[in-house]
Amino acid sequence: MRFQLIGVNHKSAPLEIRERLAIPESRLPDTCRDLTAHPGIEEGMVISTCNRVEIVAHTTNGSADLRGFLHAYFHLTADELDAHLYEFRDKDAVRHLFRVASSLDSMVVGEAQILGQVKEAYATARAVGAVRSQLDQLFSRAFAVAKRVRSETAVGSSSVSIASVAVELAKKIFGTLEGKTVFIVGAGKMSELAARHLMAHGCASIFVSNRTYERAVGLAHRFNGQAIKFDDLYSSCDRADIVITSTGSPHAIFRREHGEQFLSRRKNRPMFFIDIAVPRDVAPDMAKLDGIFTYDIDDLQQAVSSHVADRRKEAELAEAIITAEVENFEARLHTLDVVPTIVSLQDHLETIRQAEIDRVRGRMGQLTPEQEIALEALTRGIINKVMHTPITTLKTAAKESEATTIVDVVRRLFNLHEKDKNENKEKTSPPDKKNEVGTRR
Amino acid sequence: MSLLWLRFALACYFIGLVYAFVALSRTSELFSRVALHAASLGMVFHFVSLTELFLSGHVVWASVHNGESLLAFFCMSFFMLIYVIYHTTSPGVVVFPVVFFLTFVAAVDEQPVLLTQYVSSKGWLAAHIFIGYAALLVSFGASLLYLLQERRLKAKKSASLISFLPALEVIDQIGYRSLLLGFPFMTLGLLTGSVVAISTYGRLDFLDPKILLSLLMWVVYMVMVFTRWNSGWRGRRAAVLASFAFVAAIVAWAANYFSTIHRFAS
Repeated sequence: MRFQLIGVNHKSAPLEIRERLAIPESRLPDTCRDLTAHPGIEEGMVISTCNRVEIVAHTTNGSADLRGFLHAYFHLTADELDAHLYEFRDKDAVRHLFRVASSLDSMVVGEAQILGQVKEAYATARAVGAVRSQLDQLFSRAFAVAKRVRSETAVGSSSVSIASVAVELAKKIFGTLEGKTVFIVGAGKMSELAARHLMAHGCASIFVSNRTYERAVGLAHRFNGQAIKFDDLYSSCDRADIVITSTGSPHAIFRREHGEQFLSRRKNRPMFFIDIAVPRDVAPDMAKLDGIFTYDIDDLQQAVSSHVADRRKEAELAEAIITAEVENFEARLHTLDVVPTIVSLQDHLETIRQAEIDRVRGRMGQLTPEQEIALEALTRGIINKVMHTPITTLKTAAKESEATTIVDVVRRLFNLHEKDKNENKEKTSPPDKKNEVGTRR
Repeated sequence: MSLLWLRFALACYFIGLVYAFVALSRTSELFSRVALHAASLGMVFHFVSLTELFLSGHVVWASVHNGESLLAFFCMSFFMLIYVIYHTTSPGVVVFPVVFFLTFVAAVDEQPVLLTQYVSSKGWLAAHIFIGYAALLVSFGASLLYLLQERRLKAKKSASLISFLPALEVIDQIGYRSLLLGFPFMTLGLLTGSVVAISTYGRLDFLDPKILLSLLMWVVYMVMVFTRWNSGWRGRRAAVLASFAFVAAIVAWAANYFSTIHRFAS
């Protein structure tokens, strides 16, 4: 495995740097081509989203100058860029990629978008031939891991912002929000946002009331809703299933007696008050009424933070899955690594066997067909018997971390080392010690 | 044979019973699926049992135990109906224990036919009262779940967000709809039952506990439908009424064991 990953994300680099590194979608195919043309890179791809720019490569000899590529490509000096970069190799690169795809490295942990973005980047790179067997294996595994994390943990199942918590609560009360009516009291940024979320989930109509009527009209206009005079607040509020209130009033504007009125006019159908005003607009004793649910800003905040805590717990679970998957992936690659050694070992012994048989023929002259068969069976039998243990050991060792050592020993014992080097001698630089095993194929 | 099938059904319902207890403390998607399958299988056995009973010539409700078996079957049918419409197994929390209990009692042993020939031949007219009972039970269960969910929402615990219960309005709908569905059956069942009784004995003994309690249950049932329809009573008040009707129903049912009218074979 000779994976290498370099990049910046929302944690490592400020927006100004990420902006300069962002690669528009239309230029991605060209970037991938440029990347694979860079010396030392066999396969490569680029992930560019608003929170991250990452370059993943499979190198020819375990170490390619990805930094150099970035400097040249973006015309940035090392001083400007290097402090923000992170770089991972092999196992760490695999882990990082798995975490990115599973949305554990995202700004909002668990958001679903990133997987789609990685998949798109992968498809783009594949289309231009920048991704072939090695990265292909890595990314298919990464997608499988992301899927596993999504299905086995609750990361990404619950939403985080106050507005979406409000929506979730409303759904717990009303089931579906289709056809529900929202009433905004006091036109503010936050109530507007909450209303927008509720509308997006199916709420049908909206009323807006504000002390300054013009602002109510303005906001109502934006939502295709209806503005209500503040004096008519109490007489029309019972039409709403969900009331979002955020006035600057120093006293509660909804008190118990109002709640009782609303309920009797609504035939006791439940009402949900989202009170984001400080001080509160809804008197605390409203909550004592059957069928009236009030959530103030603290309650919402608490719901949000308990979500975050839940997520953290789930994220730990997800990290464990990823650790296991990285090990799995590594083991699988190793298994693949020993196959060439086994093959060349077999080739090597077969050559010896053929040479010896030829020598016997030379010494004994023409052999009868029976003798030929017997000789063939005898030599093959010996080789198979002798080879059995080493091959089994190699295959078992492939799954352990000692694989590299054992493969190395076998190669040296049977002098497979020199042979491969001769075959590879046309390559410019001899592979360094650390990556010897991997380069043999 | 019929009893054997019923015991198979009982075994399946037992899984549902376990689910009912587990679901109160934790949510498990897998387990609710298992319980659902077990319950469906149980219903198949149950149906076979009832069919055999019917084919054997006994009138299905001619003994109290057979009636209990039939009632359990209707309750399960309601549960399945709700599952199909609302995709929730949470009413099982109430339905499974009751169904298990009813089936258990019914599966203990064969009971001699208790009703006289005349009543059992005409009495089937009143059989749809069982649907009324089953609906009442489901409605009672829904009102309990409503209270539970309301309390969770008001407690503002984060757990309220990941509860196994469906949304408040959905629970409310389940309760109200089964109430509406069950009421005509209950009324019709009581009417035909009275007519059969009058034509047998010439009069209705209103002091008989069975009749008295059935009547009381019907009145509470009517009050429930009316308050709900007229002023949208739900939550605590509806739950109180529903429990009242439910208790009346249980006592009315238990009256089968000591009523003079319903047990006159001896």
